[in-house]
Amino acid sequence: MNASTMEAALLLAGVLFMLGLISVLIRRNVIFMLISVEIMLNAAGLAFIVAGSKWVQPDGQVMFIFILTMAAAEVSVGLALILQIYHQLKTLDSDAANFMKG
Amino acid sequence: MELTFYIAAAVAVLSTIMVITRYNMIHALLYLVVSFLAVAVVFFTLGAPFMAALEVIIYAGAIVVLIIFVIMMLNLTQEDVQREKEWLKPSVWVGPTILSAVLLAELVYIVAAGTPPQAEAVVAIDARLVGLSLFGPYILGVQLSGILLTAGIVGAYHLGRQKKKVIHRFLQERSAAA
Repeated sequence: MNASTMEAALLLAGVLFMLGLISVLIRRNVIFMLISVEIMLNAAGLAFIVAGSKWVQPDGQVMFIFILTMAAAEVSVGLALILQIYHQLKTLDSDAANFMKG
Repeated sequence: MELTFYIAAAVAVLSTIMVITRYNMIHALLYLVVSFLAVAVVFFTLGAPFMAALEVIIYAGAIVVLIIFVIMMLNLTQEDVQREKEWLKPSVWVGPTILSAVLLAELVYIVAAGTPPQAEAVVAIDARLVGLSLFGPYILGVQLSGILLTAGIVGAYHLGRQKKKVIHRFLQERSAAA
């Protein structure tokens, strides 16, 4: 794999991460915010894969497996929280949860 | 291999943009699946076929299906779509977008004018190497992710459980009478 493709792949990871971050900031729907966090985690995993491919070591892929495990646990807990928010507030608007005064 | 990578990268970026601009959740999830598939192709061109398979199975399969189940359980109406639409008016985001695009163009120029490329072949890292590494030096991480998944299951069960409302029979009779 030549260096220009490697740089393009890192750039792709950065662009995807920025898109996820922008989406977390602009959306008010909690499910969309969860999806955006998934996009960001995926972009971080892509950066690990690029690094592992650059040095021809399996360590980057091992890190991606750990990120995958973390994403699965995170999305299950996050969706349970979303269900609770919807049952309490009858809406998915994250601004409606401002009674927590966080 | 080169062209494949660039096309997949373009598809990934475009579909991710579509994900974050959709008002309808199911449309966004369809684009999300496309985005994960494009990233899987990128993994393949980078010499990580095992990770491409895991990406398709776990991200595009399990996680997206989980989100779809929750959306179907919530049974959303058109009001939520309208509320999201009001938040995404063009006058809100055009200015910051132009400024960010200038910064992004600068970044692309800096990266493109970097070191000259040198030709190297793709070296695939197959599942055997990853497995040897997982159960060799990273065995502690595997055990920790087992604990993390257990905590996730218990936490999701505890948080997602519907609390049963217990009303005393005296209050029940009064509420029935009223």
